[in-house]
Amino acid sequence: MTKQEIIQKLTSIVKPYIQNEEGFKNISENTDFINDLEINSANLVDIILDVEDEFKIHIDNDSMEKMMSVKETVAIIQAKMNA
Amino acid sequence: MKNRVVITGLGVVAPNGVGIQEFTNAIKSGTSGITFHQQLKDKGFSCCIGGIPEVSEEKINEYLTPLQLRGFNSTSILYGCMAGIDAWKDAGFSVNENSTLDYDSGLIFGVGTSGIEKFREAIYKIDAQNVRRLGSTSVVQTMASGISAYLGGILGFGNQVTTNSSACTTGTEAILMGFDRIKNGKAKIMLVGGASDSSLYTWGGFDAMRVMTYKHNETPEKGSRPMSLSASGFVPGSGAGALVLESLESALERKATIYAEVLGGNINSGGQRNGGTLTAPNAEAVQKCITDAVLDAGVTTDAIDVINGHLTATSKDALEIENWAKALQRKGNNFPFINSLKSHIGHCLAASGAIESVASVLQIKEQFVFPNINCEDVHPEILGFISSDKIPTKLIEKEVAVLAKASFGFGDVNACVIFKKYSDKHKTQ
Repeated sequence: MTKQEIIQKLTSIVKPYIQNEEGFKNISENTDFINDLEINSANLVDIILDVEDEFKIHIDNDSMEKMMSVKETVAIIQAKMNA
Repeated sequence: MKNRVVITGLGVVAPNGVGIQEFTNAIKSGTSGITFHQQLKDKGFSCCIGGIPEVSEEKINEYLTPLQLRGFNSTSILYGCMAGIDAWKDAGFSVNENSTLDYDSGLIFGVGTSGIEKFREAIYKIDAQNVRRLGSTSVVQTMASGISAYLGGILGFGNQVTTNSSACTTGTEAILMGFDRIKNGKAKIMLVGGASDSSLYTWGGFDAMRVMTYKHNETPEKGSRPMSLSASGFVPGSGAGALVLESLESALERKATIYAEVLGGNINSGGQRNGGTLTAPNAEAVQKCITDAVLDAGVTTDAIDVINGHLTATSKDALEIENWAKALQRKGNNFPFINSLKSHIGHCLAASGAIESVASVLQIKEQFVFPNINCEDVHPEILGFISSDKIPTKLIEKEVAVLAKASFGFGDVNACVIFKKYSDKHKTQ
């Protein structure tokens, strides 16, 4: 799966949780979930569960803590899928 | 000086009507909301009938956002939000997520348990060693105060936001707690009410106690029979009722529609003494609750036109009538009209006091007494205290000035509230 494909899937996963439409329109690798998309921090665990289901991977606690932006999340998804 | 407190908004999600207009039509015509539920039969319940409000997906989407509905599985929170939001709008306010925080408005919204189906989901996941899969939605839907947390955020309240719980007294207790807060100047507006899940997990324990009827599975609409000789237990119900309580000063200032005034009331407990137990009432305490409520309201017992009883259709109905008759010192033909909404919708448990209070206030606003259904055979013990004329089985249109509403609950707890038609002539004491 290419990085672009992962970002595309991730974009549809975060869509229900975003509270900043402008930030969502301009979503890119550098987008931060809380600062740019204004996602409620409690919902980050829901996004992680949705990512697990979509990519059929398991995300450990250490990785979870790092998943605050598109870039970090994509990197973790790639690492888990290649593991 | 104490504030006078009036009701300026109503909302309801009941088994026989969702929304005030539909509900008003249903109670006037004596429409039953009780139906057969295959799910209860499949699980081996003795009582396979119950009252579940009809709520479409489309309707749900009018009240909760797609994000709020992700992983959502709590009918008590759903019904509570619908009734609460409706009441708030009915009072003339708007619902806007960017509204200014309002420190003068708060809410007390009761439940027995919250989101019991969500709790079941969580238990299964934890037992499968999958606790992490609970996500963020489990806590807020299963905490008792889930309903007040949801509503408090949707409406942007800055005063007290809490949940009360006192079994089947819950809804009526919430009204009196909100009333006290406004009367004593601690809030201008309190949204009060109660909600209960539509769930066999809420109802199962009552079925096991043999307090629900198992004789009407073929004739659901005939099942809930308060005051009837052939009453054989209550029928479970569910839903939510909500009322906006407001200081008279605030209501007049913004020219709000006033449904009725809350004159006063009383909350007490029989302490599980003198015949009272965890599940049975201490009659003396029930009578004292009623007489103290009347005293608190500053009316005489003669002034009461209508009683909306607790009257569940168990063997305790005759005792309740005896308690009213003794407390008010009125009997036979001199007894007020009395009705039980449970004949229409069953026993909505923690929501019952709230839904029944909405029905009570509507009777004052529109000046009618709704009919009791399924009591063509009034229990002879009841007729020993009051005349059958006082138990209407047809809609009566008459002047209703003062109405007493009481609820009683497990734990030997009681609440009685006195509502009055609003008139600017009444003076504060």
